[in-house]
Amino acid sequence: MSGNLLEIDHVSKIYGPVDSGLVALHDFSLTLPTSPASIVTIAGESGSGKSTLANLVLGFTKPTHGTIRFEGRDVGAMGKRDMKDYHRDVQAVFQDPFGSYNPFYRVGHVFDMVIRNYKLAKRPADARERVEEGLNAVGLSGDDVLRKYPHQLSGGQRQRIMMARAYLLKPKLVVADEPVSMVDASLRASILDVMMKLRDEDGISFLYVTHDLSTAYQIGDRIVLFYQGTLAESGAATEVISSPKHPYVQLLVDSVPKADPGRRWQGEVELPVEEELRTAAASGCRFHPRCPERMPRCRETLPPLYPVGAPGHEASCFLYDEKGGETRGDDGGAGADEGEALREA
Amino acid sequence: MEKPTGEGSAASGTRRSVLEVSDLKVYYATPTGDVRACDGVTFTLYEGETLGLVGESGSGKSTATSGVLQLVSPPGRIAGGSVVMDGQDMLALDEEALRRSRWRTLSLIPQGAMNSLNPTMTISAQIRDVIETHEGRASKGEMRTRVLELFRRVGLPGRIHDMYPHELSGGMKQRVCIAMAIALDPTVIVADEATSALDVVVQRVVAQTLAKVREELGVSMIMIGHDMGLMAQMVDRIAVMYAGRIVEIAPVRRMFERPAHPYSRILIESIPSLTERRPMRVLGGITHDPRHPPPGCIFQMRCEHAMDVCRSDPPPRPQEIAPDHEVHCHLWRRDANGEFVDMRDTGEAPRTGAVTAVVARDPGDSLARADGDLVGGGSAGADPEGVGDSGIEATEGASR
Repeated sequence: MSGNLLEIDHVSKIYGPVDSGLVALHDFSLTLPTSPASIVTIAGESGSGKSTLANLVLGFTKPTHGTIRFEGRDVGAMGKRDMKDYHRDVQAVFQDPFGSYNPFYRVGHVFDMVIRNYKLAKRPADARERVEEGLNAVGLSGDDVLRKYPHQLSGGQRQRIMMARAYLLKPKLVVADEPVSMVDASLRASILDVMMKLRDEDGISFLYVTHDLSTAYQIGDRIVLFYQGTLAESGAATEVISSPKHPYVQLLVDSVPKADPGRRWQGEVELPVEEELRTAAASGCRFHPRCPERMPRCRETLPPLYPVGAPGHEASCFLYDEKGGETRGDDGGAGADEGEALREA
Repeated sequence: MEKPTGEGSAASGTRRSVLEVSDLKVYYATPTGDVRACDGVTFTLYEGETLGLVGESGSGKSTATSGVLQLVSPPGRIAGGSVVMDGQDMLALDEEALRRSRWRTLSLIPQGAMNSLNPTMTISAQIRDVIETHEGRASKGEMRTRVLELFRRVGLPGRIHDMYPHELSGGMKQRVCIAMAIALDPTVIVADEATSALDVVVQRVVAQTLAKVREELGVSMIMIGHDMGLMAQMVDRIAVMYAGRIVEIAPVRRMFERPAHPYSRILIESIPSLTERRPMRVLGGITHDPRHPPPGCIFQMRCEHAMDVCRSDPPPRPQEIAPDHEVHCHLWRRDANGEFVDMRDTGEAPRTGAVTAVVARDPGDSLARADGDLVGGGSAGADPEGVGDSGIEATEGASR
């Protein structure tokens, strides 16, 4: 079919009744080309819908509306057998490098299981060779790790072994859900490097789910940022992070603690007292209650995506509606000044 | 206890120490020997300052402070050292005196604080509990005023007074824990990863709350964490821990500009930047078995500059290489004039390559471009040669 690896086509996920339930993901579309392979970062705070998206792509849950197609096949319509084949192409690496292991088995067991499940090798020697190849791809060697127990390895090594396990199946896509957030900073880079290497040398694409914008900036090709289930902004990772356009993304980028004691946070940020439930009945921009730039129309309609700057850089915000004809700050109130101060900082 | 300020120190006038920890040892008994989780930690905390305690998981940050707070439980034990506050050795206090000192002199915002609230009690009842345990019963109205005042200080609305923890967001629960920690106006607050597991915007709000409370009350604080960015935003001095010991302690700006210990350097160079794609560094090897530290320096197995002496002798006592800046490392020695020199600068300690750099790159970019980035945008202190040679391979296991 098309030359696309993954097509997420107007997908929504609503938990509970369709007309009044909780919208975990709202009308989201994304296309990943088959080549070149790329790392697409899915970012946002907890509850923003990023893990829902990961689960949808992995086929763990089915979309309420819309379809997800992988190489033209509808992931939502797959049966058990199809799903097993699908998981050969689409692998997952999860957040917790400790919880992914059974502490009673040696590390080699992880590989034995996947080889048996997918009948990857006929003879033990073949199996060993494939495992070695996988481990080498992530900068490890079998002699060093296979006979060890999980507790004898660092968090970084454990997570790279999970990458090696995924690699064994030669997947086309890896969904990596917060793969570095539980790994020490000094080892984090080793995992990011493996991801870049698999992308460049083996043509494996990644959906990199994270709340950490700085690693996204370092390795991400594209980034999509969610706020409460809706897409706030997307574009090239470096572009979006260095010049964010959506007021929420601006606040987010500004709140990442900078590793520079000479440049400390300026201005106070207030949080809404309670999170409003984003039911299917809710209308308008989800960030509206907190937005320093809000306008009356923001309460009525969810803004579409407007191009902002570089090609592919889009933000869901009426501030960028060229033919809007409405001046901003109409309904800004006291919040506007605060936001301004924040921006300057 | 008046202490003269270190020459040229940032603080003006005299600093009063509120907490002096010396040679604190906390060991955990195992069938095959003691794990020395905190092995001779020494530091002083001054009035009104915030000291950051950083290091990788397992480096002993939390253990050290649990020793200070005497919250070590078996199989752990305090194996030596002293913790002095106001001339009183806290380790010598009996159970009752210790109980009374908790929350009042030393209070704790525990790791995962938001999960430490009792789910069956209202927010106000839990705070009241802390106050009444120490000060006895008070009238309902009086107590309500007091709790509401605490809420105000940490930016919580009064209407949560009768709510239960599950009705609050993570950031609000975290602020309840801060309110509890300041309820009895303590001298020192220990905040153990007080803002981790929160979203960045919420983290910023909680950090701001902490900073505001600190200024209003003039309380001293020990902040434990692994996020160097947050440390840069919040603390006055940083102590870097590795394998149960403090390897370096310095004013925060100095630490970020001129880290002296090889481990501190890696910590700072492994922070991913938000403004430029540049090499992040990876620390090679794994830590030694904590039951059997090697002779010599504890960091030798992962140090990129380890010399023969590092493998045979532990480094001398921490050396004050600049005002308020102490480092525990063989790489620093005095020259003929008595000045401290860094042996990495003099060429006496060449890099041996346990550490490599990882370069951010775009798909299809040539290696030349990556190398160019490396040299051009090299991070502070990174040696372009060494990094360039190792290229873009991250080999954490390079030490094998």
